[in-house]
Amino acid sequence: MSAKNVLSHSFWICWKDLVEFSRSKMRVIMLILMPLFMMAMVGFIFPSNNTTIKDQPVAVANLDVGYALYVPQNHTNISMNMSQILIEQINLVNNQTGMMKLSGARDFDEIKTRIQNGELSAGIIIPINFTREIVMGRQGSVEIVTDQSNPQLSATMQIVLSKTIEAIGTQVAMYKLNTTYNISMNYTISYIKPYNVEYRGIVEGESNYFQFVAPGIIAMTLMMSVMTGLPHAISYERDVGTLDGMLMAPIHRISIILGKVLAQTIRGLVQAVIIFLLAVFLFGVTIHGNIILVVLLILLTVYSFVGLGILITSFSDREETAAMVMMTLMFPMMFMSGVFFPIQQMPEFMQMVAKFLPLTYATTALRKVMVLGADTSAVSLELAILIGFGTILLAVSVPVFKRAMTR
Amino acid sequence: MNAIEVRNLTKRFNSFTAVDHVDFDVKKGEIFGLLGPNGAGKSTTMRMLCTLTRPSEGTAKVAGYDIIKEDARVREHIGLVAEKLIMYNDLTAWENLRLYGKLYNLPEDKLEKRIDKLLKFVRMEKWKHKRVGTFSTGMKQKINVIRAMIHEPEILFLDEPTLGLDPQSTVEIRELVRRINIEQGTTMILTTHIMVEADMLCNRVGIIDRGKIVALDTPSNLKKLVSGTDTLTMEFEIPNLTTELLGNLKSVDFVVSVLQEDATHVKVRAKGEDSFDRLLDLIRKNNGKIKIVKNLEPTLEDVFIHLTGREIREDTKKASPRRRPPWGNENERGRR
Repeated sequence: MSAKNVLSHSFWICWKDLVEFSRSKMRVIMLILMPLFMMAMVGFIFPSNNTTIKDQPVAVANLDVGYALYVPQNHTNISMNMSQILIEQINLVNNQTGMMKLSGARDFDEIKTRIQNGELSAGIIIPINFTREIVMGRQGSVEIVTDQSNPQLSATMQIVLSKTIEAIGTQVAMYKLNTTYNISMNYTISYIKPYNVEYRGIVEGESNYFQFVAPGIIAMTLMMSVMTGLPHAISYERDVGTLDGMLMAPIHRISIILGKVLAQTIRGLVQAVIIFLLAVFLFGVTIHGNIILVVLLILLTVYSFVGLGILITSFSDREETAAMVMMTLMFPMMFMSGVFFPIQQMPEFMQMVAKFLPLTYATTALRKVMVLGADTSAVSLELAILIGFGTILLAVSVPVFKRAMTR
Repeated sequence: MNAIEVRNLTKRFNSFTAVDHVDFDVKKGEIFGLLGPNGAGKSTTMRMLCTLTRPSEGTAKVAGYDIIKEDARVREHIGLVAEKLIMYNDLTAWENLRLYGKLYNLPEDKLEKRIDKLLKFVRMEKWKHKRVGTFSTGMKQKINVIRAMIHEPEILFLDEPTLGLDPQSTVEIRELVRRINIEQGTTMILTTHIMVEADMLCNRVGIIDRGKIVALDTPSNLKKLVSGTDTLTMEFEIPNLTTELLGNLKSVDFVVSVLQEDATHVKVRAKGEDSFDRLLDLIRKNNGKIKIVKNLEPTLEDVFIHLTGREIREDTKKASPRRRPPWGNENERGRR
């Protein structure tokens, strides 16, 4: 049987699969909705950065009693209250950023109750001796109360509030330096903060979580369409009996696999393109890499999973079994391959496991190319691993499939 | 020359032997029936001949090619109409036929002509561009049959082709099978558990039971196996039929089998020269009123019982967990 025949048969099987697929409106709609949901879900659930914090309810409990400073010259007490100034300034800063919705509270217990009731995201407590400490020349301390049941928000609120209060503190310090030591306002900052840190990425533009997650979702979607689509397509046809028609035709077994894979790949590519467009136009992801390299990586991702899909098909006697095996394998792969969270955040043994998953390399490579604009040489290791993984699995799975088909 | 030569064909699934050293030949141009209850090994034999299942032992030549060594060549010359339709509901009749034509490497112009000719053959030209999913089961089976013939196979395998069809479609499909055989000269192998079907269609029938061919001949010769003996088959209509009477009938030694057909009809097979008299006596003794007695011609079912000592239908019921429409067996009874 010539290669031309094999390709022609594959083409017709692929054509059949795609026509069959396109005749079901629901399936076509889901093909488009799935990536949309995926992107929206992960994109909106995980906060990208602090700028998304808005109108968080925060209560301020001012316990400060002020300080009466005795002035010996005229034997009077000057009542001082530094906390009022702080609160005014917090209000001032918040009016500009709009991150918080400020309210008052009596004490820690009230803040605690209101956080427990879900009415507050955080609280600020100005202690009883706040003014006194400052007047005595010491640091005035402020307590920030956060909601521990929500670590993500808690961490964010800590940063937001600390930054706000720190900024106010810096202003106060600058003013003091200016008035006390006659240092020009322009130079005061260099006394308080001699070192300044600036952030700079290796590509232009701000990073956001979509940028991190979009390449991962593309890789994941491809994996899903190959790993679920292929066994489903073959096991289903075996269950309903139509696979016999193909097995009985004078065609090479490879044509069946190739045709099915082709159809799945095209479906996967359509989804990848949808994710790509959504990422760029809806979620503001900027793509820096070479499109041809991206396409190559997408095809290699498919290639690396095809063998696994065929292997599972061969071992599953029924469609249901195939679906179960698939789910069992796919979920760990989805979460352990750095699609949603950076691998570096995982415990060490999990990182080891991730090293054996092809999705890890597909995700890493796509991310490098799409977000960082890396070229072929930068992802050569990932390319080699994907090719190697795919080839080994194909070499194993194709003979197994052939045998399984004539049980 | 033989279209199919089966030698020592055996298939084992773990410890279970589904097909046990089977030998038979199918002549060119004949309709050959494999008859037996479900689970007897008909389908497995057929799947091995179609190269869909690999034999554990033995082999066969189909259209002159070995099913193990030359499986690819075998496939070029055979077509299969299986119990499960080999068609895609979301594709039109034309698209389905075209797909298989392409898989059999038919050139474009020839393929179009072939499709039109086949659709005309089953008088379904009007349905060419309609989706198969919208067809009735009978129409689907017709398309399924012509689909198996798209590449003009020398040998057509029909695995329970009328299973699940309504009575009218069953008649139509049987008619179609006969027409194909006569007009195209296609050799056919048909498996069925329906005796009448085998009797009507087949030139020769192989009766298969528990993986073995127990008899192989023309239907009329097979029936002679029974009529040549002293076994009688009679149908009694007894208005006051009781379970007690049925029990008594079953318990006497000269009665081979008792099959209750409905509330008043019972079919009895009995052995011995004076068995008719003895039966009448027995029924009267049990206060049974005999309204009508019919002496039945032996059927292939009687042959099966004669050879295996079991009812094929009882076996079918027990061995078949598959869903079957209620009319399947009724239909056969009505035609008898």
